[in-house]
Order: sequence, then C-alpha cells, then structure tokens
Amino acid sequence: MNAPEKAQSAIGASVRRKEDYRFLTGGGKYTDDVTLPGQSYAYFVRSPHAHAKILKINKSAALKAPGVIAVYTGDDTAADKMGGLPCGWLIKDVKGEPMKEPPHPPLAQGKVRHVGDQVAVIIAETYNQAKDAAELLEVDYDVLPAVVDAVEALKPGAPQVHDGAPNNRCYLWSLGDKAATDAAFAKAHHVTKIDITNNRLIPNAIEPRAALAHYNRADESYTLYVANQNPHVERLLMTAFVLGLPEHKVRVIAPDVGGGFGSKIFLYAEDVIVTWASKKVNRPVKWTADRSEAFLSDAHGRDHHTHAELAMDKDGKFLGLRVKTIANLGAYLSTFGSSVPTYLYGTLLAGQYTTPAIYVEVDAAFTNTTPVDAYRGAGRPEATYVLERIVSQAAREMNLDQAEIRRRNFITAFPYQTPVALMYDIGDYKSCLDKAQKLADVAGFPARRAEAEKRGKKRGLGYSTYIEACGLAPSNIAGALGARAGLFEAGEIRVHPTGSVTVFTGSHSHGQGHETTFAQVVAARLGIPVESVDVVHGDTGRMPFGMGTYGSRSIAVGGAAIMKALDKIEAKGKKIAAHLLEAAESDIEFKDGKFTVAGTDKSVPFGGVAFSAYVPHNYPLDKLEPGLNETAFYDPGNFTYPAGTHIAEVEVDPETGVVQIVNFSAVDDFGNIINPMIVEGQVHGGLAQGIGQAMLENCVYDQETGQLLTGSYMDYAMPRAADLPSFKVDTHVTPCTHNPLGVKGCGEAGAIGSPPAVVNAVIDALAPLGVKHLEMPLTPERVWRAIQGKPTKVA
Amino acid sequence: MAKTHISFNLNGRPVDVLAEPRELLIHVLREQLAHTGPHIGCETSHCGACTVDLNGRSVKSCTVLAVQAQGGNVLTVEGLATNGTLHPLQEEFMQQHGLQCGFCTPGMLVRAYRFLQENPNPSEEEIRTGMSGNICRCTGYQNIVKAVQHAAKRLQAAGGK
Repeated sequence: MNAPEKAQSAIGASVRRKEDYRFLTGGGKYTDDVTLPGQSYAYFVRSPHAHAKILKINKSAALKAPGVIAVYTGDDTAADKMGGLPCGWLIKDVKGEPMKEPPHPPLAQGKVRHVGDQVAVIIAETYNQAKDAAELLEVDYDVLPAVVDAVEALKPGAPQVHDGAPNNRCYLWSLGDKAATDAAFAKAHHVTKIDITNNRLIPNAIEPRAALAHYNRADESYTLYVANQNPHVERLLMTAFVLGLPEHKVRVIAPDVGGGFGSKIFLYAEDVIVTWASKKVNRPVKWTADRSEAFLSDAHGRDHHTHAELAMDKDGKFLGLRVKTIANLGAYLSTFGSSVPTYLYGTLLAGQYTTPAIYVEVDAAFTNTTPVDAYRGAGRPEATYVLERIVSQAAREMNLDQAEIRRRNFITAFPYQTPVALMYDIGDYKSCLDKAQKLADVAGFPARRAEAEKRGKKRGLGYSTYIEACGLAPSNIAGALGARAGLFEAGEIRVHPTGSVTVFTGSHSHGQGHETTFAQVVAARLGIPVESVDVVHGDTGRMPFGMGTYGSRSIAVGGAAIMKALDKIEAKGKKIAAHLLEAAESDIEFKDGKFTVAGTDKSVPFGGVAFSAYVPHNYPLDKLEPGLNETAFYDPGNFTYPAGTHIAEVEVDPETGVVQIVNFSAVDDFGNIINPMIVEGQVHGGLAQGIGQAMLENCVYDQETGQLLTGSYMDYAMPRAADLPSFKVDTHVTPCTHNPLGVKGCGEAGAIGSPPAVVNAVIDALAPLGVKHLEMPLTPERVWRAIQGKPTKVA
Repeated sequence: MAKTHISFNLNGRPVDVLAEPRELLIHVLREQLAHTGPHIGCETSHCGACTVDLNGRSVKSCTVLAVQAQGGNVLTVEGLATNGTLHPLQEEFMQQHGLQCGFCTPGMLVRAYRFLQENPNPSEEEIRTGMSGNICRCTGYQNIVKAVQHAAKRLQAAGGK
C-alpha cells in the first residue's frame, strides 16, 4: 500500500498516530499503572483441580497472616446475594428450546469446574502479602473425574459438568435448509468430505487483565479501572445482573489497554469481585493477573471439531454444503460464548460462493476447561477454515486448480442473499483474487517449485478466499437471533468556542489507533487540521454511551455514529451561518471548512460559526439554542462484509518436517480506507495471529486430569519476530453501501483468512508425497509424521 | 521482611530505595520510582515487556532482583528521549507504525537500543533474531523490523549513539 502522503487531514492519508508519543516515552497509562491512595491488593485463590466438590474452606490461618485485610469465599458473595455472570446471547436449539444456562458464580459455590476457577479472594496491604496468605487458605476438595474434550463430553457416561445441563449439552443448534441440502447431495457428481479440528487458542494480549476498584462512601459511588474493550457493556452487565447497583453510581474507565483481541470484551469474575470488595473493605482494591492466571482465566478461543461435506457437479460447481460441528464452550457460558459457534459461525459458511443449499448443525458442550469465547475473528475463522480447507481439497479431488475452482463458484451479483441468513451488500471477489495472484507472483511459482525441488525441498501454494461479517450489528436482527443487548454505537462532537473539537466515542481503542483515524474523519468533514481534533474513549463518565470494540466494528459503527453527529453539527452550523451571512438557510453550503452562500463569495469559516454559537451576541436566539455540541447514536442497517484473497507459499523440508513460509500475500477489500498505514498494521497483526494458529499455537489440556499443559510461554508457542515472514499486503476497494463512510472494518481479516491458506499450501507442497490432510498447528513433528504416513492423532 | 538500601543511577540520575531482598527490579521501578514505562507481561522473562538496560546489557527486569542493580546504571524507556526530542528509534517506531497498543513498546525500544549498539548495521534476519526475546501480539513485527532498520540508518548517519 504505502499510499503517497495526502494533505494532513485527508481521508486516505497515512497520518502518523496521535497516540504514539505517550506510548513511545513510557507515558501510557494502563490499569496497572494507576495507583490510588490507600490502595490494597487482591489475590485470587484458584482451583488446582479441573472438577471437584469444595467440602470445606478454613480461612482462619490466612486471615491471621501479615497484612491481610479480608478473605472472601463463595459463602460471602452468596450472603450478599451476588448474581452470576450473565451470558449476553440466548441461543435456541433445533427444537426452539432455550439453551441450558447453568449458573456462573464469580466465586465458586460448592464446586469448581476448571483449573483456575475462582475459589476465594484475599485482600492485603501488599500483593506479596496477599499471595503469601493464599498459601495458608485451607480448601478441602473432593476431586471428581473431569472431561476436557467436547467430543468426549457429549458421549454417554461422561463426567457431568453441570447438573442443569444433561449430557453436558448447552444446545444443539442448526441453520439452513436440511431437505434442500440433502436433495443437492442426491444429485451430486462428486462429494468431498473432511474431518477437521480448529485448534484451541489462548488470546494472550501482552497486557494481562487488571482491575482497580474504588468505592467512595461520600456519594456511594464506585470507580472501576479495568483492562476492557467495552466499558459501558461491562458496567451494564455488572450493575444490572451481578451486583444490583444503580448504574449511575458506577463509573467504568478502560484507560490505555494493552491489546484485547476479544479477550477483554467480557465481564469477568475478578472485575466484579474487586468492585464489590472495595466497598466491603472501604479501600481501593487492585488486582492484576500474572501470566499464569491469564492462561487459566482469560476466555480461550476456537476449539471446534467438524465433519463437512461438499457436493459438486461435474464441473466443480458447488451444489450443497453439509457441516456438523462440535464446539467446546468450556466450563461456563462466557459473555458471548454462545453466539460464537452459532451466529458468528454458521452464517459465514457460504463464504464467497454461490452454494445454493447449506445446512449446519452445531453441538455445543460444557467441559472442565476455561470458558471459550470470542477471539480475533470469533466464529468466522472457524467457518473460513472449514470452507477453505474443503474447497482446496475438492480442487485436488476434482483435478482442478485451487484458484480455478474458486473462480467457478464466486458470487458476482450483489446484493446476494446467502442460504445461511446473510445478505452481502457488495464485493468483488474476482478482482481480489486476480490482484493477489499478481502480488504472489503465482505465474512464477512453477519455476520456484522446480528450483526448490533441486534442493530437496517441497514448495506449495495455498489459497484462502475468505469473507467475514463485521460491523456488529443491526440491533433488531441481533435481538431476533437472541442477543440480549443493542449493538449500536454512540458518538458526541463537542465543538469548542474557538473551533477545536473533542470527540467522545463509545468505541474503544486498545491498539487500533482510533485517536488518529476518528480525528481524521472529523477533521476532513469539518475542514480543520487533525491537530484540532482530540478523541476521547473508554470512560463511562465522559461519553454518552457505547457498545465498544469487537467484531471489527469501530469505524463501521462507531465512525458512522460520529458522522451522524457531524451531520447535526453541519445542520446547526448552516442555521448559524445563514443568520451571520443574512441569507436563507437553504442557500448555505458547507465545504472545506467554510459556510458559503451558494453562488457568492460570502462565507464564514467553521471557527467563526463555532465562536458565534458560544458568544451569541449576533445570533438567532429566538429560534436556536447557543452552543455547538451534538450527540448521535447509530444502529447499522446490515453487517459489513470485508473479503479478500490470501495466498501462502511455503517450503517444507521433508527430512525434518520444518515448514517455512517464504511468501504471504493478502489482498483485502475493507471498503474505503481512512488511514492506510493503520489498516496495513491491522492486517499484519491479524496475519501474525492466524499464522500463529496455523504454525505454532495450541492449547492442550491433560485428558485425564484436566490440567492445562500449555500454561506458560515455555509451553504455548507465541509467534516471535523470527517466526514470521514479511507480508505483502494490498487492498481492493468496493465501498460498503449502507454506512456513511463506505467502510467495512479491517481488524480481524488477517486472523480469519490466513490459517487455511497456510495449511492448504503445506498440503499442496506435500501432496506428491501422498499427504492429504494436516491439522494445525503445523509443528515439524506433525508434518514429519504425515510425510511418514503416520499422522498425529488430534484429540 | 528487613529491607535493603539500594542506590543506582536511573536514566542518568541517582536514586535510592528501600526494598525487600526478594523484590524484583521491575516492581521497584514501577511502584517506588513511578517509572511505569517498563511493563509486566509474564514475570518469567519470556515476553520482554519489562526489558531495561542494566550496565550496558538488555535484561528482563521481572527476573532481576532489585538488589542486583546496586551501584549500577539502569536505562528505561523514560530515558530514551532528550528534552522531549524523541530518540531516532522512537521516531522511527512512530513513522513506520511499529506499535499498536503500546504495551510491549517500552521493552521493544530499550531492547532495540541495545541491539543497535551490538549490531549497528543489521540485516532483516539479524533484527528478527535480535528482537526475538520480545513478544508483540499486535503488529506482526513487520513494522518493528522496518523501524529498527530505519533507525539503524539514521544512527549510522549520525555516527552512532
């Protein structure tokens, strides 16, 4: 990309980030950097067992330990009638019955259900004192058999995680027309079948979760600093469902947040407990996770087992797709855990293709593992992985080129109604594929493959032509599908008397660069420099409301709310300008920062109008209020549909199984682009996480004991600089048709599109050796075993 | 627990603290000396968010005892800029968009600062290896690598430092 620099404030310019100076100089303010007078420290005592009854807890020794202020267990939260952590999305099963929704107590009530489940909290003068006292808390457990694998959990006789969820089933859900799909298969020329696992991941934002709560007895209010992506949602769920507090008495501040990737969307037990405890001990209470706690308590991602079948005619045209997925939800329903393997997954199975009949069933199981919820992409990577793997396999079985089979099946006319509920507004899949093939120099691949062959290496190309549904979401549609919240966004434009602007957005930036991108949008619209616009986010005390940042929604929904508020600013500005210029309001035009009487050179600058609004000496006070401050809420009319083509080129050493990604090319259609530099950075980061999943990352539990075996950076392989190639990225633009900026969102695409491209490339490389199937991550051992014809069994 | 008196230079200025023998350098920097630039990401020396420079070497301050800094020189991210003027590394991290959430950035910068003294003219591969003790979850490293490359050129043009 690297578009040439445009005017500083222009949309489409790579404006350097306004937020960078503080981060570059150690001036960032993350939750753990906040210190309040009289602050105490919380340490959570967690279950060492995957599944056990709590027989007895003896606090007395811990209470006597130096510096200890309080020790609380589930008995204390129950005595205060604390509610359970709510789930934000009600799924109805195939029979229309509501999903099983077992209680999710912030501190365990009689039973623990995963290693790391919260049993007690110790509050002390220092963190070390709290941690020392934890050693003295006596908890008697009666250890029960555990089940960690979702397939095993659904079998008869498996250990039961919740009394209220027989057979560990939360729901059996379906989408699509089963009869039509069966009919399509009946007339198929060929059916490709695949059994595939989407490996479980641990998000691992580098800032561990943290929460610091302060209760102010003077006005009975609470302030919670928390590493969170959506402070208003956090406050709403916590006050309305768990603590029963009046919402106006709770201020949630999500200051600088060190990465989220989904894992900081959710309302967690620790946030609730420190808030509650700050009143009990009448002191600020701080909790910061250590990395081990992050591994055990941050919601995990993915963990699907899927059987899929694709029916084709003799030309490789897709006739029908049948998918059966078993999804692991973990021990409890996390905030949006139920929606990820359903409405964020099944709805994406059409991909970029005209497949006329699709039917998907999802069996969702409780297990004795950490709850599973949204992680970068959330359901869409799982759908894309199934679809793009089976499509490439179908190409091999039909003796077609991987790109050719895709071209034959691309949707080309829009809007397009898929058989799985979504209506794509626009896209241009062929152009993305063409551009990606050029970027990847596909034409030169045979020569590179031959050259590698001479060195005893196997080269392969892998494609992924993905789609995602972003910009969550039309509230009425989401509500009809079971969402228990609205999904709009709010924005406020506060024009100051001298014409500078503060923007308050309900979106939250934890790396995405909203302070710059949103400022560009406002500056371009008002014709003022980017420097004259500041963006404020992450504080329920300062912005009207907010649904926060997830699902690549910030610019598509949050940006649209800002545009709506700007419409109001412009409308009021025209009224003021008409008065100042003694013209009719209908004759006033606003462009390049000036209100002009159409067809004349009579004009007043934006700053002049702002000044008049606040110093209304010459002002139509009989008709118009002073001031220039507007708020808007925007509820999207549809999802947005970013899409693109990712092509991986790999070289495999057949002697060792080591895979090297020698080239990775991505062409994405995100609609209009505000800041190409930031968009490119989002793609890079997404690709790193997707390639991390494909090559390195894997969450593993011991099948017998339920212990997390990958609970540290020694065991869970995070992508490091030396593990990744430099990516080639470009964009193709079809503007979104239904939001004012024509934008689609770019945060998740890299993580969605890349895993199947990598795996398809390795299979392409090794197909001559008879390898037909591989499971992620592609560790040298797995690849080597597959070459030897002894594939690793994936649990 | 009895506390020890520790004196060292922090970003060129003498500091004195009292710390327990078990206290780690990162905690003393963040909690006693209000230098919250270095962050705690894993407390096991794997992620590098806590990287500081101690006596001319990159160290993970989450696994260095505070007493080990006795009489030493410690450089943190707060000490990189001069009178508000960014160090070329800081400037290039901004120009090349080598940071997103900013949490790993202080450790990345201080590691890159030492790395470029060890290897003033590195190849891309050497940068990727030299920086692989620091995890970034946001950027995919590409722009970090670019930032270090550009900073290396600027520093070389300016005659090192």
